[in-house]
Amino acid sequence: MRKTLAIALFALALAGALVPASAAAAKDELVIGITQFPSTFHPNIDSMLAKTYILSFARRPITTYDQKWQLVCMLCVKLPTIDNGLAVPETTPDGKKGIAVTYTLRGDATWGDGTPVSTQDVLFTWEIGRHLRSGVGNMELYRSLYKIDVKDLKTFTMHFDKLTFEYNAINDFRLIPAHLDRKNFADPVAYKTRTVFDTDTVNKGLYNGPYRITEVVTGSHVVLEPNPTWWGRKPHFRRIVVRIVQNTAALEANLLSGNIDMIAGELGLTVDQAFAFEKRHGDKFNIVYKSGLIYEHIDLNLSNPILNDIRVRRALIHGIDRGSISDKLFAGRQPVAHSNVNPLDWVYADDLPKYAYDLKRAATLLDEAGWSTMKGGFRHNSKGERLTLELMTTAGNRTRELVEQVLQSHWKAIGIDVRIRNEAPRVFFGQTVTQRKFTGLAMFAWISAPESVPRTTLHSAHIPTTENNYAGQNYTGFRNAEVDKLIESIEIELDRAKRKKLWHRLQVIYATELPVIPLYFRAEPYIMPKWLTGLEPTGHQDPSPLWVENWGIKP
Amino acid sequence: MARFLVHRLWQSLLVLGLMSFVVYSLIGLMPGDPVDLMITADPKITSEDATRLRQLYGLDKPIVERYGNWLKAAVSGDFGYSRLFAKPVMEALKPALANTVLLLGLSFALALAIALPAGIIAATRPYSKLDYAVNALAFAGISVPSFWLGLMLIVVFAVLLGVLPAGGTGELSKGGVWENLKYLVLPVATLTIASVGGHARYMRAAMIETLRQDYIRTARAIGAGETRVVLHHALRNALIPVVTIIALDFGNLFSGALITETIFSWPGMGRLIYDSVMGNDFNLALVALLLATLLTLVGNFLADVAYVWLDPRISFREVER
Repeated sequence: MRKTLAIALFALALAGALVPASAAAAKDELVIGITQFPSTFHPNIDSMLAKTYILSFARRPITTYDQKWQLVCMLCVKLPTIDNGLAVPETTPDGKKGIAVTYTLRGDATWGDGTPVSTQDVLFTWEIGRHLRSGVGNMELYRSLYKIDVKDLKTFTMHFDKLTFEYNAINDFRLIPAHLDRKNFADPVAYKTRTVFDTDTVNKGLYNGPYRITEVVTGSHVVLEPNPTWWGRKPHFRRIVVRIVQNTAALEANLLSGNIDMIAGELGLTVDQAFAFEKRHGDKFNIVYKSGLIYEHIDLNLSNPILNDIRVRRALIHGIDRGSISDKLFAGRQPVAHSNVNPLDWVYADDLPKYAYDLKRAATLLDEAGWSTMKGGFRHNSKGERLTLELMTTAGNRTRELVEQVLQSHWKAIGIDVRIRNEAPRVFFGQTVTQRKFTGLAMFAWISAPESVPRTTLHSAHIPTTENNYAGQNYTGFRNAEVDKLIESIEIELDRAKRKKLWHRLQVIYATELPVIPLYFRAEPYIMPKWLTGLEPTGHQDPSPLWVENWGIKP
Repeated sequence: MARFLVHRLWQSLLVLGLMSFVVYSLIGLMPGDPVDLMITADPKITSEDATRLRQLYGLDKPIVERYGNWLKAAVSGDFGYSRLFAKPVMEALKPALANTVLLLGLSFALALAIALPAGIIAATRPYSKLDYAVNALAFAGISVPSFWLGLMLIVVFAVLLGVLPAGGTGELSKGGVWENLKYLVLPVATLTIASVGGHARYMRAAMIETLRQDYIRTARAIGAGETRVVLHHALRNALIPVVTIIALDFGNLFSGALITETIFSWPGMGRLIYDSVMGNDFNLALVALLLATLLTLVGNFLADVAYVWLDPRISFREVER
């Protein structure tokens, strides 16, 4: 008896000793779980949300979109506009319509080592961005930016060779500290292997935000601590740890065990996973679903003669109950999309043609399209060919696979034989979709920004072909001269009211012609501890940590 | 012995050379390249950007030419740069290798420490309650999926009891041996349970077979105690087939355990190899796979040496044949 009691007491003492000390210190430390580790920490090489998320704790862009999807200054003093005279349309030396945009950097903006953020960094960033072999992926901004005039250490004017409505949004122009990285750019080709961002990620001079990175364990976690040179509101947390847990079941377990305090909406659970989690543990956490700019849809290969028929496309959309999918699978958290524009976007048109779940209408359309003979439960045409379509998506994505099965059963009810064939993401995106090798329907998502002009996804010049090296994302092969003209007009229309009219017409054609079946805009579930305040999800690619100085503890 | 070593060295180099070509070709034949993946992540990348990036990363060259360039550099010790980890390949590999050696080394040692004695004991008491218990536990360990086992251990020890972390690694700045070691407990337990069953069964089978031999009967007849019979006379011979199995497992020590590493967010070789193959990081995937191949070859070499040590009747010439 005494022996048993002694053993029990020993076990209890051991258990007590094993309880992580971190549980007691949680309130000045925040541990966040995400599902990916960045491939590089260089802001301008390789687009990756994990990198953007982590860096947004520690760096500030010159301009960004805020939580209300409005363009704002972060490193600049005042957002330049034509109205306030800081942006002046001009003619470029080669006769194009361009614009000169003047920015002034904040006087108190410094890098973490005390060096002021200056026009030297602006010029250096430009030098890297326009070098063809520096490794910068997206050079769109740099191609248009042909000159920078420096007035002083803080004020500069950018000269662009095209005048678009986004003339003052330089969100992709992420400053590189010249005083640290210039020497590594002596050999531009080797720069991407020598940049301080990857060779010395914990160098404080890389960061001008509220935090700086102080520890990196590749594949495991990143630790951030307050930046003493930060000029803004003092951040609350003494330490932020971003832990990478690739498996979402393990991510949930980490949250429940207290190993992490929250799961980031930007890189965390899917909505159905969050909903299931909420049912079991919703009382312990604050769960916020933010509708975002991740547009889940089905691309239709218009080179397929079956899908080239508008009646078939309309029948497909009438034949699926998207409302029920949203309600049953996502508890209504992901409302049905009616176009590629999110309802939260100011250019959204709410009077678009909408396609109700209407089996009779679907059947009539298919009859009119010549698929009127029913044999074995499936429709056939006059040649005896069965109406068969292939539906593809990313294998292993449980949510999409579930949606596929529902869609398949809906379409079966109207006599369409839909065969599911999924592929691993690297195959699906690496070749099948990007080279238009899918024969029928491809379900995936687009991530975009507020008022993002769909040039690459809808303009006929951006259909991927062997000639253009398969660049362009118009995977449906959609060709519409009016849409092409609208896209070109929207880009250069500065008047908001006129631009909204153009957007309206674009959305009407999109909803009428249906090159794509809109499904829903994915919501991002943020699972946060009840004691955390101030976190405002943005719903777009400029993530919530850009305002981390507002995060705190409930009093 | 010298001839054996030289012969083995040549064989190993040949195998490594062939493997490098096969692996490089297979990765190259996979659909999509890193630039395709970049385009899907950033729709603003134009066709000019795609062409430029393919030229920059050498992806526009034929696969044979790319392999040749890699081989030339590798022979001089330059294994290239990992695009996925933004550092030289060996720098990316070292921490993952260290993590894997730690994780799998511990679980391997623990599994053998449990399995071999359990197999021996079960073999000396065949069809007894103890034997049935060992067999039942062995089959349970073999049958249970490591994915499920890992998650269950997390649920019990991390979530319900809260005594161990659910995954990850310790934070260097927090220090302390225990602080970092406790992250190993659950993944090591998962891997040990998954492998102990197989080794115990092999040991048991080999031991039962050996204990049936005439010389064992002779040993007992001349008055040798049971412990001496088992450990001194039978064990060395019974270990010969078991050493083969252990040698084959040796290569796994360095290729990682992908599922366990993913569940426990342990940044080891398994995840590294998977991520590099899926991310089309040629340099890293190739070197990591070649390393696993090399270490499997080393394991087999050590097994051959062990045969000779265990059974003096076996010579290096016979092992070569």
